[in-house]
Amino acid sequence: MLELENVIKVFNRGTQDEKRALDGIDLVVEKGDFVTIIGSNGAGKSTLLNVIAGTHQPDEGHVRINGRDVTRWPDYRLACYIARVFQDPTMGTAGAMTIEENLALAERRGKRRGLQWGVTAAYRRRFREILKILDLGLEDRLKLATGLLSGGQRQSLTLLMATLSLPKVLLLDEHTAALDPRTAEKVTLLTDQIVRENNLTTLMVTHNMNQALKHGNRMIMLHQGRIQMDVRGEEKKNLTVAELIAKFGKTLKDETLLSCDS
Amino acid sequence: MIILNVLPMTLEQGLAYALVALGIALTFRVLAFPDLTVDGSFPLGGAVAARLIVAGVDPVLAAAAATLAGFVAGSLTGLLNTRLKINSLLAGILMMTILYSVNLRIMGRANIQLLDRPTVFSAMENMDVTRYVPVILFFFVVTMAVKILLDLFLHTQYGMALRATGDNEDMIRSLGVNTDNATVFGLGLSNAMVSLSGALVAQDQGFSDVGMGIGMIVAGLASIIIGEALVKPKSVFRLSLAAVVGSVAYRFIISLGLRLGLAPTDLKMATGFMVIVALGIPAIRGKREGKIHLRGV
Repeated sequence: MLELENVIKVFNRGTQDEKRALDGIDLVVEKGDFVTIIGSNGAGKSTLLNVIAGTHQPDEGHVRINGRDVTRWPDYRLACYIARVFQDPTMGTAGAMTIEENLALAERRGKRRGLQWGVTAAYRRRFREILKILDLGLEDRLKLATGLLSGGQRQSLTLLMATLSLPKVLLLDEHTAALDPRTAEKVTLLTDQIVRENNLTTLMVTHNMNQALKHGNRMIMLHQGRIQMDVRGEEKKNLTVAELIAKFGKTLKDETLLSCDS
Repeated sequence: MIILNVLPMTLEQGLAYALVALGIALTFRVLAFPDLTVDGSFPLGGAVAARLIVAGVDPVLAAAAATLAGFVAGSLTGLLNTRLKINSLLAGILMMTILYSVNLRIMGRANIQLLDRPTVFSAMENMDVTRYVPVILFFFVVTMAVKILLDLFLHTQYGMALRATGDNEDMIRSLGVNTDNATVFGLGLSNAMVSLSGALVAQDQGFSDVGMGIGMIVAGLASIIIGEALVKPKSVFRLSLAAVVGSVAYRFIISLGLRLGLAPTDLKMATGFMVIVALGIPAIRGKREGKIHLRGV
């Protein structure tokens, strides 16, 4: 499904600030996999997602989706395969546009956009139905500008938008990190529900070990641009935070990563 | 009495220049792109229309050609910015400067008289009513038609992508829109409206002059600021309505000022001060949330 072959990304090459953000990543993600990604600050987590989404292009290596080489595709072209939710809730929606307009924009992810009417009655009916999943009452506020929503509401909506047109790959970039604990928990549960119901191939970056262990069927740990650990299935299920810390606590030295609260 | 006297001229000019305000609203407010091409694309419309009319082309066709020329000029500014990565303000200034020479070349001299030529207004000269009535009606119909078409376009799939480009570029790119192309198209559309205005104003006033675009952006911005104070731009419909209302209100204030003794030579300075005061007062008061929010400024 998603394949990365010896992906290398170096920032500020040839200067004193040279940083090998990704240092030879090989990764094969199967259809329906839910992979959680952990690692300390600067381990390359966000760069990895940026390379997959086409925001950055790798210096070396290849990215393939469904066997197709998409390494040099710009981000807007990759949108037909990939949906993404960012950490900052304001990044996922157009704040001056209404809830239904944002959903309509997302509905046409990666498709041609012409001079047809943007929000049709059929779309509106569908959105009203789908918004009920969130249980936030947004289905009755379709004409509200998303900029007026709270961070949690906006992030929930973004998640719904990302999964509306069933992407081949869903990228979640610490999408609950900017939310208060209760809202984060709700958005996390919602994520699980949507991913499971639609059997979406998902990569979720998180700072939180508990979250990384609790969700998904596979976990990889990045360190200095390399995959340091890759566990899946039963092995991952049986892994505990204590074991992780015992094994990697010293190399990681990152207090936010070591937090155990979810 | 003064108010009644200036009213017809205010309406005529306000509606004629409303197309410029609509174009500026599209770039500054919708696309969040501070496009300065306007000072060049407005006289470009006048130049193209005048030259074609003198050459015997039908005045309506001449206005259509001017509109097309404006689209090309705006698109070129967009290409300078998106393809060559030239700063948006500089791209507009470059285009505006280049257009000055282009306009002189098109006209062959600094201005062209159209008084004895057929224009879209010719039929209105010899009516029973005063000339103002049909002319104001004409500009009202044209301006409202453009406004409504713009409203409709901004609610289509592509029009919404254009709005999202100005609102949250990262987001709409991740949804599959080539925002560079959207920017180029949006700038083209905006300057097409501006050039159409130039073509009609030239025909209305009976001449095209290479200097007729000077200060057009500042006047347009003043119109938008005034319009948004009168009509809260909570939707696309109201945003474009604010541009039209603002344009008329701005011309009204100007005419009133002139009647009360403002020297015509000080007009652009007065307009500049108007914009500075409107944008600056909140900063002086130290209130961020009260600031008139002009995206792209």
